[in-house]
Amino acid sequence: MKGRVLVVDDDTALAEMLGIVLRGEGFEPSFVSDGDKALAAFRETKPDLVLLDLMLPGRDGIEVCRLIRAESGVPIVMLTAKSDTVDVVVGLESGADDYIVKPFKPKELVARIRARLRRSEEPTPEQLAIGDLVIDVAGHSVKRDGQSIALTPLEFDLLVALARKPWQVFTREVLLEQVWGYRHAADTRLVNVHVQRLRSKVEKDPERPEIVVTVRGVGYKAGPS
Amino acid sequence: MTRDGSAPEGKRGRTVDSAGDMSFSGRLSAWLLRGGQLLPDGAVSGPVHPLLRLFSRWVRRPLLPALRLWRRNIQLRVVATTLLMSLAVVLLLGVVVVGQVRNGLLTAKAQAAQSQAVGGFSVAQKMADGADDTRPDEGARTGNRGTQDSATWLTGLVEQLASGGQGVFSVVALSSDSDEPFGDSSPGTRGPRASGDVDPERSVPADLRRKLDTKAGTFRQYTQIKRIGSDDGVSALIIGKRLNDANSNQYQLYYLFPFTQEEESLKLVTGTLATAGVFVVILLGAIAWLVVRQVVTPVRMAAGISERLAAGLLQERMKVTGEDDIARLGESFNKMAQNLQVKIQQLEELSRMQRRFVSDVSHELRTPLTTVRMAADVIHDARDEFDPATARSAELLWGQLDRFESLLAELLEISRFDAGAAALEAEPVDLRDVVHRVIEGAEPLAERKGTRIVVRGAEQPVIAEADPRRVERVLRNLVVNAVEHGEGRDVVVRLASAGGKSGGAVAVAVRDYGVGLKPGEATRVFNRFWRADPARARTTGGTGLGLSIAVEDARLHGGWLQAWGEPGGGSQFRLTLPRTAGETLRGSPIPLEPEDSRRHRGLDETGQPRAGAGRKASTIPVQARAAQAGDAASPVPEPKVARPEADPTALPGSGARVVPQTGGVRGEAAARGDSARTDEPVRGGGAEQEAGQGVEREGGLRGH
Repeated sequence: MKGRVLVVDDDTALAEMLGIVLRGEGFEPSFVSDGDKALAAFRETKPDLVLLDLMLPGRDGIEVCRLIRAESGVPIVMLTAKSDTVDVVVGLESGADDYIVKPFKPKELVARIRARLRRSEEPTPEQLAIGDLVIDVAGHSVKRDGQSIALTPLEFDLLVALARKPWQVFTREVLLEQVWGYRHAADTRLVNVHVQRLRSKVEKDPERPEIVVTVRGVGYKAGPS
Repeated sequence: MTRDGSAPEGKRGRTVDSAGDMSFSGRLSAWLLRGGQLLPDGAVSGPVHPLLRLFSRWVRRPLLPALRLWRRNIQLRVVATTLLMSLAVVLLLGVVVVGQVRNGLLTAKAQAAQSQAVGGFSVAQKMADGADDTRPDEGARTGNRGTQDSATWLTGLVEQLASGGQGVFSVVALSSDSDEPFGDSSPGTRGPRASGDVDPERSVPADLRRKLDTKAGTFRQYTQIKRIGSDDGVSALIIGKRLNDANSNQYQLYYLFPFTQEEESLKLVTGTLATAGVFVVILLGAIAWLVVRQVVTPVRMAAGISERLAAGLLQERMKVTGEDDIARLGESFNKMAQNLQVKIQQLEELSRMQRRFVSDVSHELRTPLTTVRMAADVIHDARDEFDPATARSAELLWGQLDRFESLLAELLEISRFDAGAAALEAEPVDLRDVVHRVIEGAEPLAERKGTRIVVRGAEQPVIAEADPRRVERVLRNLVVNAVEHGEGRDVVVRLASAGGKSGGAVAVAVRDYGVGLKPGEATRVFNRFWRADPARARTTGGTGLGLSIAVEDARLHGGWLQAWGEPGGGSQFRLTLPRTAGETLRGSPIPLEPEDSRRHRGLDETGQPRAGAGRKASTIPVQARAAQAGDAASPVPEPKVARPEADPTALPGSGARVVPQTGGVRGEAAARGDSARTDEPVRGGGAEQEAGQGVEREGGLRGH
């Protein structure tokens, strides 16, 4: 199983501890402690997942997140000490797939990382249509009129989850469970932010979404195909 | 009026309005109604009142804006008052001055007239005497030429006397004997004579004439001079005396002094005064307006600026010119605003710093804690390889880190509330989902304690605009608390909603049947780090901040979190939230004191039936009442719980007295408990019996 994890954290003790835990779980961690060097390290190690602390010397985590997201769809999990609304939402909007609040339990962290990596393990040949989009599940591609649209793996998962059952309205909790792998209900803002990001890529007019439709008071559903 | 005659013939009931003959008018109106005829206008006094009201409203309506202006505008009030008062002063002054002038004029006139008249009378007397003595003076000669006819003499006398006072006075002579016919003024007879066109008959008052007839001397009186051929009188002073003419016949001689000139003078004075008065009043009004304006303008400015200050525009200041009182007002106002601004900025700065500090502490503490946590986990996982002491240490380290973590989290949370940094993210939430999630989470603990958690009122959606994370935190706290203090008995979570489209409320009540709360504890449970009994060992490791945070969460929603409890009878915590975020709560759909409380079942503190109510209440199966209470169909918020009644000391049945139980009661209570236990999780008397003893044994513990 692939398991290269890039840990971006300036706290050496925590980084080392993370390394112990990750190695114990069979991952291959690599470390960088400076925001300025993070991007170079990312290009060099080509990790399967990035663990990113939000508060960093040099470039801060948000900026690093944005830079990585600009060139790759690799899953990014933020480590944050602040569960305040603004920080988390800003982090998610800058491209992070998930976040985990310090102090966390090692098992929780590992579960989150596994959930982010899990999806790439079971490719099933499947062709889905939602609106005027064509989704090739095995090939990880979304096309409109032959033009492919670049989505991060998480956004792709979200779209596929909705497209597989276009008749069903998904609550945020269900989506959290299916896409993020949360067993218990967690922060539904994760869903809101990522639906916004997804819409900004796949909708013709994100203000009037046709692919991912909001069902007021309940959740989301795929638009009519 | 011939009412009896006219009405039965009957055409119209115009006489009905007279209240005199009631039976008759009653008959009449009945007849009119029977005939289907409309009552004539004004016939019945009834409709007058609404009409009057309508009229008064119609009169008042255009006045309302004026009244409002009057109430709101101090300038208008001052100017109007000044106008009214100066008008009164001017009027008073005018009346006094005119009266003085009039008196002065009259006195002067009277004196002049008196001397004139006296002179005239003596001349007339002399002429009469001279005619007797046949002195060769002009008057005598004239008299002689008129063959000594007294009539001719009299005419001559009048003309002569009057010639000296053309326009100033008139002279009238009347013969003394009154039986002679008046109106004949021909010189041939002894008729009345008058100078000018004065009508002697009408100008001389009859009573004055009588007075002259009977008494000798000079008399005077105010009267009206009448001209011949005219009814208009001129005010005048009349002075008369009885004299003898040349033939020693008596006649009356009158001097009439008209007040023409005096009246003109008076008119002039009055006119001048009136003009001056009007000017004075207008000028005073204008002065008052100006003066008030000087004061009112800065006051209005101050009012406007303080309104803007209150609206949050802290940089607003008054313009200050000069050094007068108004300027001082402005200066002190500005000083106040300045201080206010500085203080508010300081507080804002402080709040910002506090938030920043909390945020920083949060981060700085959490990062090492994460490392410790992970290390402890690794050590804990490997504890099987250690010797027993080290293994146990690893366990303790691991367990206490949990506690430390939650304590830190709650401390940070509460300092966020204190700093005002907590924000509500409200969205429509079905509280049933939240409750189910919470119960799911509390299930492991409930199983350990042997507690069953029962939900009631979940048949219909209970939807409110709320922050699901906060509500879940509150409810988790309440449910875990109830399970922990419920002594293994059932915990009932009750949901209800009430109200129409607006102003509705939803409530969740968590009821336990554990040790309950002592009087006064129902408010103290929400205090930070409060513990009912500090000596009691903690088994579950709460932080002591949970309920404080829960209260803050409820407050953030504009909701209530209240507690009720009785010693040994368990407790109930009720969370009430407005259905629409930001609305004010007026009541809760669930009463704070549960319906199965001892008081409602007519029991006293020990579970014994209370005198009177007891016998009946004890026969009612407990579950029937509880099921009734669980039915959330009654959507009307009970007015009796409109205000928080969190203090159970106000409730009978929660007194501190714990009476030792007797055997007889025990049996009865047990029997009741049996009946309740058939299918009902809410256990009645039996449970309380144990709890009643338990109170003394261990006391309540709250404050998870």
